[in-house]
Amino acid sequence: MANETVLMKGNEVIGEAAVRAGCRYFFGYPITPQNELPAYMAKRLPEVQGVFVQAESETAAINMVYGASGAGARVMTSSSSPGISLKQEGISYLAGAELPAVIVNMMRGGPGLGTIQPSQSDYFQATKGGGHGDYNMVVLAPASVQELADLTMDAFDIADKYRNPVMVLGDGVLGQMMEPVAFKERQSAEFVKDWATTGKQGRSKPNLINSLYLDPEKSAEHNEELHAKYMTMAKNEVRYEVKNLEDAEVVLVAYGMMARITSSVMNKAREKGMKVGLIRPISVWPFPDEAFEMALPQAKAFLTVEMSKGQMVEDVRLAVNGRAPVYFYGRTGGVIPSPQEVMEQLEAVYAKVQGGEA
Amino acid sequence: MTYEILIAGFGGQGVMSMGMLLTYAGMLEGKYVSWIPSYGPEQRGGTANCAVVISDEEIGSPVVTEPTIAVIMNLPSLDKFEPTVSSGGKIFVNSSLIAKDVSRSDLLITKVPANDIAGELGADRIANMVMLGAVLAETRVVSEESIIESLKAVLPPHRHNLIPLNRDALERGKALVLAKE
Repeated sequence: MANETVLMKGNEVIGEAAVRAGCRYFFGYPITPQNELPAYMAKRLPEVQGVFVQAESETAAINMVYGASGAGARVMTSSSSPGISLKQEGISYLAGAELPAVIVNMMRGGPGLGTIQPSQSDYFQATKGGGHGDYNMVVLAPASVQELADLTMDAFDIADKYRNPVMVLGDGVLGQMMEPVAFKERQSAEFVKDWATTGKQGRSKPNLINSLYLDPEKSAEHNEELHAKYMTMAKNEVRYEVKNLEDAEVVLVAYGMMARITSSVMNKAREKGMKVGLIRPISVWPFPDEAFEMALPQAKAFLTVEMSKGQMVEDVRLAVNGRAPVYFYGRTGGVIPSPQEVMEQLEAVYAKVQGGEA
Repeated sequence: MTYEILIAGFGGQGVMSMGMLLTYAGMLEGKYVSWIPSYGPEQRGGTANCAVVISDEEIGSPVVTEPTIAVIMNLPSLDKFEPTVSSGGKIFVNSSLIAKDVSRSDLLITKVPANDIAGELGADRIANMVMLGAVLAETRVVSEESIIESLKAVLPPHRHNLIPLNRDALERGKALVLAKE
């Protein structure tokens, strides 16, 4: 089924895309709403001589990822919010030891055990370093089942390119929904992993995978090197989609599932003659500041919509930097803001803009 | 044209399958399609619903809050979703299990005794396909042939012997609507 279009569930699509990207190792622990992904990998990986392990905990799973990655393998783990919290120590170690890995978070409502319903309330955790220490990782936020396939494949290349973990940040709806998808044939770049712990292979010294730097100067030097790498990632890996910015007076900002809903609202608003545009960050780290520069000459206000109490809106405010008012609307606890609710919010902001208040 | 379809009932009534078949058939007809299940903690017996969007245009929100077509298989679903249906929308009610009338006057109502007809066909489990036959005849959202093609694609080959029964069920649902016209 090379370029054939098939109807698949989002979670399963991530699994198939990972296999096609060369992932042969998956370690995970069950949690709703992402269970279809490990279930798919349990069935699929043995078919390609891969290994699936249901670990005894999320902490175990992320450390198995560390081990497999250290040995040079393409490896993935997935979970949903509470489970991703448990993986944070491991993610920090992956970053510190410069190990590539793909981590999938199909977000559900929190805090604590919260709810199994969809949410976007792990944005801070994903983009601001959920684990300890100065580190960053590229975080990709797909908005369709097709994008789940494409971005999962990209995630493996980005991880190997920078020797850094990459997160795919979705939500419960995206994982559960079915849409047509075509897995695109692609030529993955060849990555030489001469740093992997695969035996000395003629070298005089063994490779060492470690994140411990007891000497302050050495540790500082390591941090500077990592930082330089993060700055390169920030420059190269910005992704976003914009719609109707040319004349937009109010610009909606949303990612993932919320971008789908706000896009519908934007279309309805334009039918009413309202000049509304949309910025959809696809990489939420690095955040697409440049999209806001495209919007700002015309934009009189921004309205950020999230399934949270307001997390990405902070990055929007940093990007806009006081040059226009930034409004926020969000729902929590697994409640998805309806197009009607978002329209009401948009109309209120639009009225302020028209009245010269904004 | 965009159809926003909500299908609701209790677990085991084939609510999810009905939605998946519509979605698959829409894809076969070259439309944009999406399918979202409600996913609760209950494994079986609980209430279940799914939202299907079939459109000539790229789909914005796959979440359906004001369906243009509502397919209601049991009473709790009628109470929950009747108020959400878009004005002028079409509502299909499984009158075998729902004695209550639809109270709104701005909807096109089709009552389908889906379980009774399925019983006549000798398989209560086929009630969802009787209902689907009525939905297809009334809305023409996808063709019956596309549904049959979808069944061929989603059923494993050793279950293809069930296709004639499914076709009969679709035909019975369709006949009900045509008789009404």
